[in-house]
Amino acid sequence: MSERLSVRKTYKLYIGGAFPRSESGRSYAVTGAKGEFLANASKASRKDLREAVVAARKAFPGWSSATAYNRGQILYRIAEMLEGRRAQFVSEVAEADGVSGKKAGELVDAAVDRLVWYAGWSDKITSLRGSSNPVSGPYFNLSTPEPTGVVGIVAPPMGPLFGLVSVIAPVIVTGNTCVVIASERAPLPSITLAEVLATSDLPGGVVNILTGSAAEMAPWMAGHMDVNGLDLTGADAELAQKCEELAAENLKRVLRPNGKTDWAANPGTGRMTAFLETKTVWHPIGI
Amino acid sequence: MIFEYAPAPESRDVVDIKPSYGLFINGEFVDGSGTPFKTINPASEETLAEIATATEADVDRAVQAARKAFGVWSSLPGSERAKYLFRIARIIQERARELAVLESIDNGKPIRESRDVDLPLVAAHFFYYAGWADKLEYAGYGTTPLGVAGQVIPWNFPLLMLAWKIAPALACGNTVVLKPAETTPLTALLFAEICQQADLPPGVVNIVTGAGETGAAVVGHPEVDKVAFTGSTEVGRLIAKSVAGTNKKVTLELGGKAANIVFDDAALDQAVEGIVTGIFFNQGHVCCAGSRLLVQESIAEELMSSLKRRLSTLRLGDPLDKNTDIGAINSAAQLAKIRELSSAGESEGAERWSPACALPDKGFWFPPTVFTGVSQSHRIAREEIFGPVLSVLTFRTPAEAVEKANNTPYGLSAGVWTEKASRMLWMASKLRAGVVWSNTFNKFDPTSPFGGFKESGYGREGGRHGLEAYLKEIS
Repeated sequence: MSERLSVRKTYKLYIGGAFPRSESGRSYAVTGAKGEFLANASKASRKDLREAVVAARKAFPGWSSATAYNRGQILYRIAEMLEGRRAQFVSEVAEADGVSGKKAGELVDAAVDRLVWYAGWSDKITSLRGSSNPVSGPYFNLSTPEPTGVVGIVAPPMGPLFGLVSVIAPVIVTGNTCVVIASERAPLPSITLAEVLATSDLPGGVVNILTGSAAEMAPWMAGHMDVNGLDLTGADAELAQKCEELAAENLKRVLRPNGKTDWAANPGTGRMTAFLETKTVWHPIGI
Repeated sequence: MIFEYAPAPESRDVVDIKPSYGLFINGEFVDGSGTPFKTINPASEETLAEIATATEADVDRAVQAARKAFGVWSSLPGSERAKYLFRIARIIQERARELAVLESIDNGKPIRESRDVDLPLVAAHFFYYAGWADKLEYAGYGTTPLGVAGQVIPWNFPLLMLAWKIAPALACGNTVVLKPAETTPLTALLFAEICQQADLPPGVVNIVTGAGETGAAVVGHPEVDKVAFTGSTEVGRLIAKSVAGTNKKVTLELGGKAANIVFDDAALDQAVEGIVTGIFFNQGHVCCAGSRLLVQESIAEELMSSLKRRLSTLRLGDPLDKNTDIGAINSAAQLAKIRELSSAGESEGAERWSPACALPDKGFWFPPTVFTGVSQSHRIAREEIFGPVLSVLTFRTPAEAVEKANNTPYGLSAGVWTEKASRMLWMASKLRAGVVWSNTFNKFDPTSPFGGFKESGYGREGGRHGLEAYLKEIS
């Protein structure tokens, strides 16, 4: 009997909770660190991007008004599902980055731990960022942070799993929804992550993942009038400036970190607060 | 019964307007290199003074002065910076009457508002941020100032916007170059004198006057570390674009088209007062003005008749008269814009109404105006008019009210009138706006963060939140 031929996975996009191929029918060959062929990934088009924004917008009212406790539970559930697929992610990260199994294992563990860390923030960031304001008059006055809306994310090219989780979690934990352009170089773990998201009680459309060319898609995302925020972590300086200029059209909130991000460091609250708005409510006090 | 009012003008004698003003750079008044311009009284069109225009070179001098002063100012103990700010607050209180009269003369706003709203808030803002200067480590945004702040402010609340910009910047240890609006430079220049009286170290506050080009030079200067702008969304976009790729930290407080939503269970007389405050305060020259009235269909008729009755009692005229409710439109250009949008309202099919209201012969005036039968697609429901013009729409259900209120690229403010607390809080949570006034409108306080969602800009001014804009991020 001959050796069994393995059944390979088809890597598609993740939009609105479903796994469609690119409407353009385009794909590109993804290679591992040593140049070996790994798979054909979908090469998302402008239309796919627009569909993803529509899905993210549709998911926003529900996700942003879910209780903080519920969002925290779901982020924790994502961590659980990721842990359960540890072996698969270790092998994908090792192939993508050409690192040892031990190193890949550390990166997967770090991604799980980061999700757990952010999960705990869901019902704490409001107390930290909000305030009760002692105005000089008989008024109740309270400020609370609220999610910005739909956030476009250019994921870091390096760190196809740990980096990716580190940019998605802070955006969604506060109630935003997002469209992510995955690492062009190493997109496969992002689609496997999408499988995790799809089985973690995360409503469809909260996270949408596109694979393909960041240089092609990011400017469309930056100029899209129904995107409210933009995380340019994975864009090089030239692409980032172009995107930032386009983002000015509807005054998107732009996160453009200076220099290289150390994913292993304590991330602080900056990635969450970049996509939070402060709402202040006044009401008279009287009898 | 209608009472006649005798004129009750506030005396102009308290202000001493010089024939011409220079730029305030490094603690001194100096000549500008550009062609000077005139600032006029919009209520009479009389020329008040000739004002220097700062060119790019003048702005550079101001930025260099601010840069030099930054070393001194930022290394002062916070408690010392606080004392300077307290001093400034006190001098503002001492000279409040003079500042209020000058503000009304240069801006056209009623003295009742400049005296009772603008000036008390200006002094309070300096007091509030003075207290933060030596307590930054408790605020949660770090304690490191950014450097030189370039600040560009509008003409609707000239001195109050100056206070919103300068007080937190200085408290955090930054130095500033501020450009007031070209139609309302006088109180900023009087503020420069106040800085001298307070012995503020030279270069900590620099004031450069001029039009858009001067503002662009301030924003674009490579040694400006922080840009703070209040004004139109159009200019805000240009600024956001121009700073792309730089490390300048930016806050923008831009336009609005706020919905003021009245439910059938609202206390109607209070709601009517709130609608009037919402849109006719400061001639409607307010970015957070309640310019779209959304009224529940079942009470629309009753509310409109109360509102019209109330509007008939508003007194329009001399800004310095203490009985005046509605002053002059700030400039000929703004008047033309209000007229243009109002004609568009009529030509698109809305019904226009104004109370009988005599307009003075000289100056720039526009009567309180209400449009009914407005649909969401009308320009007067979508575009910021920035004048005393109210667009009235109706709704049936709370969900429809939310849908209509949020149907705008802006998101600065909103108003909700209902006696039902759970509905008020539900509405407040659904409205995509930075400030929600419920059963009140157009209230401001230095302790309360103010700023927009969406295309109304980003960043907050006021409160603990207002410090973030002037400190280096901690990660």
